[in-house]
Amino acid sequence: MRRRGGGVSAATDSPGRGRYIGRGLPRPGAKRLLAGRGRYTDDVVLPRMLHAAFLRSPYAHARLGAIETAEAAAMPGVHAVLTGADFARICAPWTGTLSHFKGLRSAPQRPLPTDRVVWAGQPVVMVVAESRAEAEDALEVIGIDFEELEPVVDLDAARAADAPRIDADAPDNVLFRTRIEAGSTAEAFAEARSVAVDLRFGRHTAVTMEPRALVADYDPAEERLTVHQSTQTPYQFQDIYARHFGLSEARVRVIAPDVGGSFGMKLHLYHEDMAVVGASLLLKRPVKFTADRMEAFASDIHARDHRVRARLAFAEDGRMRAIEVDDVTGVGPFSAYPRTSAVEGNQVVRLIGAPYRLSDYRADLTVVAQNKVQMSQYRAVGHPIACAVTERLVDLAARELGLDPFEIRRRNYVTDTMYPHRTPSGYTFERLSLATCLDRLHALMDYPALRAEQAALRETGIHRGIGIATYVEITNPTPAFYGVGGAHISAQDGCVLKLTPAGDVACAISITEQGQGSEAIVGQIVAEGVGLDRDRVRVLTGDTETTPSGGATWACRGAGIGGETALQAARKLRARILEIAAAILQAEASALDIRDGAVTDADGSPRMTLTEVANLAYYRSDLLPPDVSPALTVAHHFAPRGYPFAFTNGIHGSLVEVDPETGLVRILKHWVVEDCGRIINPLLVDEQIRGGVVQGLGAAFFEECRYGETGQLLNGSMTDYLVPMACEMPDIVIRHVETPTQDTELGAKGCGEAGTAASSAAALNAVNDALLPLGAAVSQLPMTPERILRALGVV
Amino acid sequence: MIAPQPVALTVNGAKVRRFVEPRLSLADFLRQDLGLTAVHLGCEIGACGACIVNLDGRPVHACLMLAVQADGMHVETVEGLSDSGAIAALQAAFHARNALQCGFCTPGILVVALAFLKDCRAGGAVPSRGAIRDALSGNYCRCTGYEAIVDAIQGVAEAACAAEAAA
Repeated sequence: MRRRGGGVSAATDSPGRGRYIGRGLPRPGAKRLLAGRGRYTDDVVLPRMLHAAFLRSPYAHARLGAIETAEAAAMPGVHAVLTGADFARICAPWTGTLSHFKGLRSAPQRPLPTDRVVWAGQPVVMVVAESRAEAEDALEVIGIDFEELEPVVDLDAARAADAPRIDADAPDNVLFRTRIEAGSTAEAFAEARSVAVDLRFGRHTAVTMEPRALVADYDPAEERLTVHQSTQTPYQFQDIYARHFGLSEARVRVIAPDVGGSFGMKLHLYHEDMAVVGASLLLKRPVKFTADRMEAFASDIHARDHRVRARLAFAEDGRMRAIEVDDVTGVGPFSAYPRTSAVEGNQVVRLIGAPYRLSDYRADLTVVAQNKVQMSQYRAVGHPIACAVTERLVDLAARELGLDPFEIRRRNYVTDTMYPHRTPSGYTFERLSLATCLDRLHALMDYPALRAEQAALRETGIHRGIGIATYVEITNPTPAFYGVGGAHISAQDGCVLKLTPAGDVACAISITEQGQGSEAIVGQIVAEGVGLDRDRVRVLTGDTETTPSGGATWACRGAGIGGETALQAARKLRARILEIAAAILQAEASALDIRDGAVTDADGSPRMTLTEVANLAYYRSDLLPPDVSPALTVAHHFAPRGYPFAFTNGIHGSLVEVDPETGLVRILKHWVVEDCGRIINPLLVDEQIRGGVVQGLGAAFFEECRYGETGQLLNGSMTDYLVPMACEMPDIVIRHVETPTQDTELGAKGCGEAGTAASSAAALNAVNDALLPLGAAVSQLPMTPERILRALGVV
Repeated sequence: MIAPQPVALTVNGAKVRRFVEPRLSLADFLRQDLGLTAVHLGCEIGACGACIVNLDGRPVHACLMLAVQADGMHVETVEGLSDSGAIAALQAAFHARNALQCGFCTPGILVVALAFLKDCRAGGAVPSRGAIRDALSGNYCRCTGYEAIVDAIQGVAEAACAAEAAA
């Protein structure tokens, strides 16, 4: 099918491609990384820079007593030993609540604790020294009196009436509750057949290859703070540092250099961030902190951690009618800041059942505190949980009725005549391509042949499973996501374009780059929008001082919102160029065009180059008529104003082979048919999908933060926590359907989370399909060999 | 603390002499003392492969060695391999296939892929995809899902084999 000979399986161009938009072009910025010339935050070295290290709590829950620091302070190279009290004076606490999550509560947080520690690994004391090694030496001689308290660890135990409370002032360990109700599920279940699930989803974590890092550099002479930080959201951190340390926002600059992976993990505020900024303010010198891998496991946000009980009511003809859901999720000791820890669960209960026509729906969400690492948004927030719950229910109903998994889905999808469609949970779909994607996947997998092969192999004792999973994905969010709740998180983007005096284009934009190719697609859009070679467009991102403020990168918004911003900015610059050229050429601007870097007549014959236009505007503006401005810098800001979110959709297929004697699963192949609207660069979309699929397969089979009874993380290292390796992963076949959103001219929606949203659900269905003839089923992710053997009754 | 010790080694073709603390890892030495920041630290326990460099021509984890142990040896990092052109074909294939995203794991993968392809050429066969995946199993990548990396390495292997056959 592919890859005969050549070895390279680069995506083909989009059918609706233009000069650049829709082309599978490599990323210009990747060459620098391939030459070893990347500049990540830990590579930043500043004069007089000091290094921070943290002493962390060995207990999950303890009262903090006396801290003995004198000996550490006297160690060679040590400049300061700082505790909670030092920061309490200079940093206003932060609380991870937003007003649109009514009733959400969370304990205020400070850089370092003053009275209690609430998870094992919480930073307690900071040493700042000439080198990281000297700082770590000093940690060895610090004494802390801890009075151990009973920890809250297990999700169910945390809700027990007699459970110890993490927040002593609160009535229980519940941080947030919500219920969604549409129609009458009680009636539906009374009248119909039903299936039920009780699914558990383990905690896992991002494991970015580059750990979190920042260098804070305070200059008291100008009262200026510059922070070099490995993050995807520099504007958000600029706002946070300014507000919480009482600095002028205009004097706070956050620079995100090359970022070695983020996946949502690096957009949350961490206690160490505030301590490093605070230490720079106190010491008036640059201070660097780079988390080592053990610190990353014990302090980077964790993800998921759900127990979901749900049931589906359906009729004899296979028509689905109602779903009831009870999701309990454990989020660590407090709600994360500034995006809260309620979003994950909120999206679970709103996304369940979303692709299907349901008349009745009820979902309860309970967000529970535990003495574990904080849980918050990570790639595909809530989607994999909602998808797995829904798609497992659908498969179970199909089995009850003797229907094929493809057939039951085909009968129940929201149909093409129903758009715009509002789900019972309140989401609105502009237009999806559910049935098209389903049919495409059926053909792509050669499904009948796969089923025949499966049956034949079962005769020989080989247990293969085939699973599919439909998803919808939230992208292009409006302020409905965070802004309405009071968060200083922008849903708009800004782009400044400048035609330089030499006739090149410099682009500064507020979306950011973590390797997904934001800069590449913006370059393609601007080059096409203005009408010049892509090599002549230079894109700058990730610096609050030199780019316009905007939302940056989260919730799959870069291509859809940032891309539209760039396109409209390009239109503005093009209009400026044509106005100037028209004045010089004594032509009507509307009769001119820009192609391949030259102003042309409508028929394409060149009149003057962009270099000539720019030279003229910058150096010989005296030649322009008085009413024609020489300005060749334009700015454009854009925020979506139509649908609150642009939903993408698609479907995954998974083929696995389960060994019933060892419980080991071989992932043989994975297919994705996805629709993210207009595709700007299919090569990059494919790689976003593939990377996302593998992160989802990690959650499905390998990745879990395992805790002991006392709240100790048991596998916080790269040898104990399993991330997917090359030898375990399958080739992934991808096809595209394009349903552009009409909310923008560009028509693009997000794609970065689509791979993760459904790959674990497809794998869950595939494994259970393999286990079906053995009379077993798994209902917990990750599906480890042990859990599969338990399901089979072997152990 | 033990006093700094003298080391003399060859790094990317240039002779280097320094005094280093015996506890300093080779990776920290290359990054901090020599500014060779293509050496990346992802785990510091030899699991992730981001710090892999060539030591006397073979890939090793720079995080698992002390700088003093490299005394008298030859080290090549991606900076040097890039300047010498040794990895030019791999770089071109990775670029065309978009076989990297954030780029943090990439230097270690390039060093491993170079040695792997050298071994394959000695064996005279184009490696299978499975063999490439096995060879990469000491290199974690969180962005790509690996397939593009396998494609890129396979493409270089096939081109090298075809060139040899034509010669």
